[in-house]
Formats: sequence, C-alpha cells, structure tokens
Amino acid sequence: MASVQSESPASVASPSRKIIPESKTDTLKDPIADGSAKIKTFHIYRWNPDEPTSKPRMQSYTLDLNKTGPMMLDALIRIKNEIDQTLTFRRSCREGICGSCAMNIDGVNTLACLCRIPTDTAKDSRIYPLPHTYVVKDLVPDLTQFYKQYKSIKPYLQHDGPPPEGKEYRQSQAERAKLDGLYECILCACCSTSCPSYWWNSEEYLGPAVLMQSYRWLADSRDQKTAERKAMLDNSMSLYRCHTILNCSRTCPKGLNPAKAIAEIKKSMSFA
Amino acid sequence: MGASSGPRLSGMQKQVLGLYREFLRAARSKSAEDRRKIESFVSAEFRRNSKQVDRKNFIYIEYLLRVGKKQLAQLQSPDTVRLSSLDISVSETINHKP
Repeated sequence: MASVQSESPASVASPSRKIIPESKTDTLKDPIADGSAKIKTFHIYRWNPDEPTSKPRMQSYTLDLNKTGPMMLDALIRIKNEIDQTLTFRRSCREGICGSCAMNIDGVNTLACLCRIPTDTAKDSRIYPLPHTYVVKDLVPDLTQFYKQYKSIKPYLQHDGPPPEGKEYRQSQAERAKLDGLYECILCACCSTSCPSYWWNSEEYLGPAVLMQSYRWLADSRDQKTAERKAMLDNSMSLYRCHTILNCSRTCPKGLNPAKAIAEIKKSMSFA
Repeated sequence: MGASSGPRLSGMQKQVLGLYREFLRAARSKSAEDRRKIESFVSAEFRRNSKQVDRKNFIYIEYLLRVGKKQLAQLQSPDTVRLSSLDISVSETINHKP
C-alpha cells in the first residue's frame, strides 16, 4: 500500500473521531491471492472496552472482491468469518428492513446491507460507527438516547373509546395516502446521527428520525391526541432546532424525506 | 482515588460519586438481605475500578459510567429483586465465598 489517501473525509464524518494515519494501523490479509484477484482495502474503526488501556484505532483488512458478495455487509461478514472473528457489528436481515447495520461508510451514514462496495480497488473504504454516538464496541453504537426519545413521542395510536363500528378505525384512501413516505422508516438512526444540530443538542432536540415519526402520528386521521402531540413539540428545543440542513434527507438509506416531514410539522404549528 | 475528602472534584468524579449514591438509594428499596449484598457488591466494584482504572483514561471511565447507568436503571425497577454477578477475573479479590 504505497498510496496514502488524503481525500477530505466527506460530508458527515465525525469531527470527534480523528482519522488515524495508515502507518499506524496493522493490516490483516485475505489468505489466498491469485493473479486475477481484485484486492480492496477496508479501514475499520476498532475499540474494545474489555481492554481499558487500548485507545480506539483503525484496522485495515484486504479482501478479494471476486470472492466477496456485492454489498459492504458481505465484506464485513466475510472479514468476521474468515479473517478476524473479533470484529463486532450489528446485523440481522441483510436486506434493509431491520436497520441494524447502520454505520458510516466512506463518510456517509448508510446501511451496510444496502451499500455496494465501490469496485474501484485503487480507493480504500473507511468504515466508522455512526458519528456522535457513544460506542459500545467497534461498529456498535449506543442508541439508548435515540430510543428514549422515540418512546417520548408516544408512537402509538391514541383514541378515546371503542371504534365506531366495533372492529376497527376506518380511514379513507386519501387519509391513508398521507402516511406513505412516513411509515416506511425503520429507525436506523442514519439521519439523526448525520444532523449537526442533533450532534450538538441530542439531549433536547428530537432529531429527524423521531420528528418524522412524530409527524406520522400527527398526520394519522385516526389519532385523536393531535393537540397534545403538538403541545409537546411547542418549545424552542424539541422541534425548532431543525435548521433545514437537509443532511437527513440526503443520507436516508430508505430514500425517505425527514426534512419534509419536519417542515410539515412546522407549517401545521404556525397555521394552527 | 478513595473516599471523597478533598473539596474540589472534577465533573466526572462527581458523576461517579453520584452514580454510587444512586445505587445505594436503589438498594434501599430491596429486602434487607439483598440490600446488604447489593451494597457490598457495588462498593467492591467501585473500589476495584477506582484502583485499577487510570484516572486519566476518560474514554473508559465514561464507558463504565454508561454501563453503570444502564445497570442502575435495571436495579431501580421494582421487578428487580436482587443483583447477582459472575466475575471470574476478580474472584480471588471479591466474591470468593464457597
């Protein structure tokens, strides 16, 4: 590895985690390499709390892309299976529906299972945990605060009394259509952790993912606590720390638009 | 360091002591026997870490604080009756009662 890359560490790379020069990392190699091999290097953030004296570091792995699946998650699983069993990351469905494998890949928050490995082997890939999250180990972030905030918006249908015809609360097709683009969110936390405003105020600002879910219940025609929900957001921190930076909509691996949902909440608050 | 005697504590030291205090408060809601066990385990754990962990290793101390807060939240739940531990590496110093 002669070429040292000095490209700027991209849009949402965390300023709190310094990029460690390659000379200070050790490289673990894919065992067999032949002439036609497409060797790519992955630099991965490592930190193990069971070794209190060791600092966070970057570790490099090389893989032959011909023997690896197309997605970043395939590369991570292959590294864990064949090169280094100590590498730790969350994964579950491998098809972008569980949101477990959210991480910062080449400077962009995304799901490892939905992110193709760039086939350009001259360029190395860098994988970090979600920016500005506490790290549990390696690529595993601590999402306690995120889930606590999600719980605080009461993400369930609130309705007084039984449904009018006995069985279920009905909706017209138009009312149902309002929820499209909102209910698909899998709460992977990619958007919230890409938002600079959320980085600095994560204690009080709810962040794009939670606000979009908040709007999902505000927009629901069956929910009767709209006024209470709005009252909860009506302070300077919870909602109005959104400064339309739009990192959330840019990074969303599911192609949703949290910024638009937040704008809709702001609109409904100001005209209500 | 050991007991809180000096007047000027850093923010992190205050957090650690606050966490310790909250553990003792949470233990008060359990039965007398369990309370004694919880208190002895918690104090042993805090004392062990206060000796073993480098006081400038902020990353690790913050990590321990987060772990401690999660365990505290579990202990504070009324459904939690007692606290038990399986600690192999320090068994000779703490809970090695056959």
